[in-house]
Formats: sequence, C-alpha cells, structure tokens
Amino acid sequence: MSILINKDTKVICQGITGNVGEFHTRGCLDYGTQMVGGVTPGKGGQLVAGLPVFDTVEEARLQTGANATMIFVPPPFAADAILEAIDAGIEVVIAVTEGVPVIDMVRVYDAAKKSNSVLVGPNCPGVITADECKIGIMPGYIHQKGCVGIMSRSGTLTYEAVWQTSSLGLGQTTCVGLGGDPIVGTSFIDCLQMFQDDDETEAILMMGEIGGTAEEEAAAYVQEHITKPVAAFIAGRTAPPGKRMGHAGAIISGGKGTAAEKIAALEAAGIEVANSPADMGAAMKRAIEKAN
Amino acid sequence: MFFSINSERCVRLTVRNNFSYNSRLISQHFECNKMKIHEYQGKQLFQQFGVNVLENRVARTPEEAASAFTELGGAIAVVKSQIHAGGRGKGTFLENPEQHGVQLVKSAEEARDAAAGMLGNRLVTIQTGPAGKTVNQIIVEAGCDIARELYLGIVLDRANKQPVLMCSQEGGVEIEKVAHETPEKIFKEHFDPAQGIESYQVRKLCKKLGIEGKTVRAADKFMKALCRLYVDTDCSLMEINPLVVTGDGGLVALDAKINFDSNAAFRHKDWEEMRDLSEEEESEVRASAAGLSYVKLEGNIGCLVNGAGLAMSTMDIIKTHGGQPANFLDVGGGANADQVTEAFRIILSDANVKAVLVNIFGGIMKCTTIAEAIVVAAKSVGFTVPLVVRLEGTEVEEGRRILEESDVELVTATDLGDAAEKVVATLG
Repeated sequence: MSILINKDTKVICQGITGNVGEFHTRGCLDYGTQMVGGVTPGKGGQLVAGLPVFDTVEEARLQTGANATMIFVPPPFAADAILEAIDAGIEVVIAVTEGVPVIDMVRVYDAAKKSNSVLVGPNCPGVITADECKIGIMPGYIHQKGCVGIMSRSGTLTYEAVWQTSSLGLGQTTCVGLGGDPIVGTSFIDCLQMFQDDDETEAILMMGEIGGTAEEEAAAYVQEHITKPVAAFIAGRTAPPGKRMGHAGAIISGGKGTAAEKIAALEAAGIEVANSPADMGAAMKRAIEKAN
Repeated sequence: MFFSINSERCVRLTVRNNFSYNSRLISQHFECNKMKIHEYQGKQLFQQFGVNVLENRVARTPEEAASAFTELGGAIAVVKSQIHAGGRGKGTFLENPEQHGVQLVKSAEEARDAAAGMLGNRLVTIQTGPAGKTVNQIIVEAGCDIARELYLGIVLDRANKQPVLMCSQEGGVEIEKVAHETPEKIFKEHFDPAQGIESYQVRKLCKKLGIEGKTVRAADKFMKALCRLYVDTDCSLMEINPLVVTGDGGLVALDAKINFDSNAAFRHKDWEEMRDLSEEEESEVRASAAGLSYVKLEGNIGCLVNGAGLAMSTMDIIKTHGGQPANFLDVGGGANADQVTEAFRIILSDANVKAVLVNIFGGIMKCTTIAEAIVVAAKSVGFTVPLVVRLEGTEVEEGRRILEESDVELVTATDLGDAAEKVVATLG
C-alpha cells in the first residue's frame, strides 16, 4: 500500500511536447512509472518519448486507460488544463506548473472539490511512491522504500528530508509535494488522513513554511485524528515580515503565519519539531522511538 | 459641495487617516506575491471601473502642484506624497524634518511650497526604514464633505479559497488592531469571482455598517465595481481606508491601496507601465530580470540555494549557528550557468557580504551546472570572500570532481549543518 499512486498507476503528461514536459516524462519512465501517453492540443498523433500524443485528455484516457496526469502546461493555460483533466475523470491530477494566477485557482479548486479527482499542486514537485511510481520532477534515486510518509509545501526541502530519512534507513512510502501557492488542491490535512489510513505508512514527516495557517490546522488535526508518530519542520524562522520568499504563499502579514506561531502549535499537538533543516530525519526517528 | 462647515474637520481627518494609509491585512487573510502601485494609479483604476474618488492632479514639480491647486478651484486641498509605503502623514523628510508626507494647503503658493518640500526628498515613515524613499511625484487632491469614515478591503481568504470583501465602521484607524481586539466589528462577505458580490450581500453589509437610504444604492454600485476590479485586474489586495460617506449620502474612496498578483502579469500588459522601478531594491530588480528570486537582507553571509523552501531553511540554519544571512536567493530548478553566474554577481555586489554559502540539492538542477558556474564566476567575478559549497543530488560526484580539479579556493561541506557551521566559522 501507499497513497495516491502506486505501481499500477497509469500516467499521462499534459504538455508533453514542451521541453520540460518531455524531459520529465523521460525521467518518470526511467524511474519505472507507467507513462502511457501525453496531451498537447493540436499535436495529436505525434510520438514523444515513444508515447502517443492526444489532442484532448478525454481521448487520452479512453485510449490508454490513464488514471493520473502530470501537468507542465504554462501558467496562462494551466487552469484550463487542470479543469480538462478533472472533466475527463482523471483520478489523480498533479499540477507542477509554477505561476498560476491565484484567481484562476479559486475556480479550479472549487471544480476539484466538486469532483472525484484529487488535485495536487500547482507549483509543486509532484508525488512519488518509492520504487513504484514517480510523477513529477524530483530526483528518483534519493528515495528508498520504507515507512515514512512525507508531505511538504516546498520541493528541494522535501528532497533534503527524503535524503535524510533514506540515510537513517527509515525510507519512505509516498512523498507528496503539496505546492507553495496560496491555493493548492491538497492540504496537509487531506494527506494526513490518507497516511493515517495507509497500512504501510508508520510515521509522518511534514515540512511547512511561513504564511497562512495550514500548519496550525494540521496540528489540530493531528491531535484529534492521527495515531502515528508525526515530526515536522517549519522553514522561514528568519524571514523578514512582508517580504515574498520565492513562494507566493510564504508571506507574513498582520503578524500571522510566523514560524514561531506554527512551531508552538505543532509542539502543543505533541509533534516532534526539528530545530534545524539538518535535523528533519533525526526528528522523525525521535518521534518513532518515543511512540514505541 | 466640496466645502461645507465640515471642511476643516474633513481635511484634518484626511491627513490623520493617511497615518494608517498602508494598514495591512486583517487577521488570517494573506496576500500572495505582489506588485505594488501608487495611490494615484489605484485611483485611476477606480475611476475606470466607476468607483468614486475625489478629483486630483498628479504633479512632478512645485509649479505643477500650484497649477493643480488652481485647476481644482477649491479653497483648500491636500498635497500627498506618492511612495509605495504607508504612514505618509506622520512621516517626515530626511532633508527637511519639518515637512510631513501629507499636507493640507489653502492656496496655490502653499501647494507649491509643500510640493517643493516633498519632491526629490526622502520620506521616512514607519514602513520605509531609516533610509526613506524618494518622492518623485505627489498628488494634489480636492477636499470633501465627510459624514462618516469606514474601512473596506478585499483579499483572498486562503482558508475559504475565495476572495472576501471586508468592511468596518472603524475607518481610518489601525484596522488590524480592530481585527485583533474586536473581530466582531469586521464584517465579511465571500464572493465567487465569476459572479462578483450579490446585492443581498451588499444589503447585509450596509445593515451592519448602519448605512441607510440612498447610500445603500450607492454602496451596491460601489462594492460591485470594486469586486469586478479586484477580479478583472488580478489584484492580490485592495484597501480603501477610509471609505467616506459624504454629507449628501454618496460614497468616496479617499485612499486607494492596490497590489497585483504578479503571476497574472502575462495578461496585463499595462502593468509594466505602472511599475515604478525606483520603488524597488535595485539588486532585486536585477535578479528578477535574470529569472532569480532574490530578497536582500541585513546580514553578512550570502546564500545561493535552489528552491524556495531550502533557501529559507538555509537562512534559518545559518542563524541557528550564530550567523546572519545577507539574502534569500533561489536560483530555481532550471537555472543555467549564466543565471548562476549572475546570481554570484548580485550576491557579491552587496558590500555587507563577508562569506558565501552555496547549498544545492540537485533535482532538475544538476550539481555539474552549479560547479561549472562556480568556476566561471571565480574567473569572471572573482571571489574576494570565503566560499563554502555543499552539493547533493543529481550528478553530485561529477560536480564535486569539477570543483576539486579547478583552482577555485573553497571549503566543501558534507551536509547542511556542516555547511552552516563552516561558513559561520570563516567569519572568525
């Protein structure tokens, strides 16, 4: 078991004919992901990385049986591409695209919630189930099959956490990049729920960052519903208020969304908080040892 | 009727209210990445969308300010500095400490003198930092007959995933304080971007605000226009503080604060014209032109990292080890050697920088790209300060070999903690 994706997941890439789309489609194929095709409007009939390209997601799903999609469509067309995937009944929609206008995401989020699709992202590295299926841009080789479910709002910080848990021999079940934007399809809480229900996942590691109140909400959820050990790290303790730190969502305004507030909420919920980004794997280990 | 018996009071209030011009977001609502514009530009947008503002003129010389006063034709007017920061009314000028950033004037001469005291000088407010911001333009604005002052703001509510229109009777004061201490005095209505706010929602807000009679009809038009503006122009924040109910029951936006969602720049070609580069940190403008995400900070350890979360964490761990980061710099996932070289130039152009830490976890970004860029930068830029490099991820072995075989002087680190310790140690 794992969450969201596994060795049986059949994946298409929207935006496969672009450089980035093709590059990462090949990366996913190399990892062993069942890539079954791609979609670029107006380019149906071509072959990219040996895979058939379709004009519409509907056609791609009917022809290939795809149940997941990886979206690299540029920001002006990204919202439309996500809506098309939802409309076609794709179960797991992973939007990697960075720079989608937030007002577009209001509409998309609403559509995703009313559907049976799970949207991950946008502005995220993707989702990977170790040794089974990689959908996204993360370096596959740092992952190692194991027991930790990882979820994060940041890409490279996730790699850091993966690397640390691999080095400590804990390994991972599924790693989910939630995305750094103010509105993303999947929240920490959605993920916590899935990890709690997954037999293979024995512990959960979350990486948050300044801005918003998602970490505080997650902390409250952990206290109520999660029986597995949880560890966390919050990036941005030293960020100055009001400045944008790369991610649209990482803005401290009005004195809310600070690292200190988030850390206090997590600790109050009994979550082991890593005191430095070098300590994430060790914090996970401490949390597991405490639980045993 | 611009000047009734209330005129003195109203202008006094106008000035006072500018103290909280830049009142920030309320409680848990957050803004996304943004591009700021000036008050006068915001008011031009208001006019385009049918939102009432007072008549005003932009002036860039004292003479223009004097003629603006005459053109407006009133007995008094207000001269307002235009900078991307709040607290203008209380703020004073470095070169001219007697002069405030907002001033009431009663003649063309007074308008000229006020403008002369502001233009070209640096205005220091609670939000500008001690260096202040140079005032390159001012507006001269007519007065109005104020009956009441309200607050109105529109932001994205991240919790509800919808834009929300917020109002309060407590106009002209620190609205965050109201939100914090008496949240029941802030009234909110969420709206669907496609539909805008509905008339019944406006009526609900009016009831709570104590707005009656013809002002309710004015509010319907006013609030609908604002919601349309917020959506159509991709705002990330809009605030009117104060929103004025005039003596004759109309509504007027006495101030205008608008930030845009910079992700939507591709569909707003006019933003480039509205952008005021003089308001932005030079090195940040340079970085954004090179496709880098850079924020200048006050410390002395320059950082070059890939990924926003890792970049923030790198700053954090430097601080944990007793150092102070000089910047946030995310070279992004797909940066090439030229971009990385430019990143080094930007970091090293900061005179405060006494050491540089490179922290790369290669995903899409290859360690070899970084290693090659370090070698190129060492030649073309020259490292005058110690360099600590931590590489991990894609093509790491090859990247380390490139660095070892080069004659670039650097300290290698094995992991994040080691890197932070070593870079702080170089400072002695």
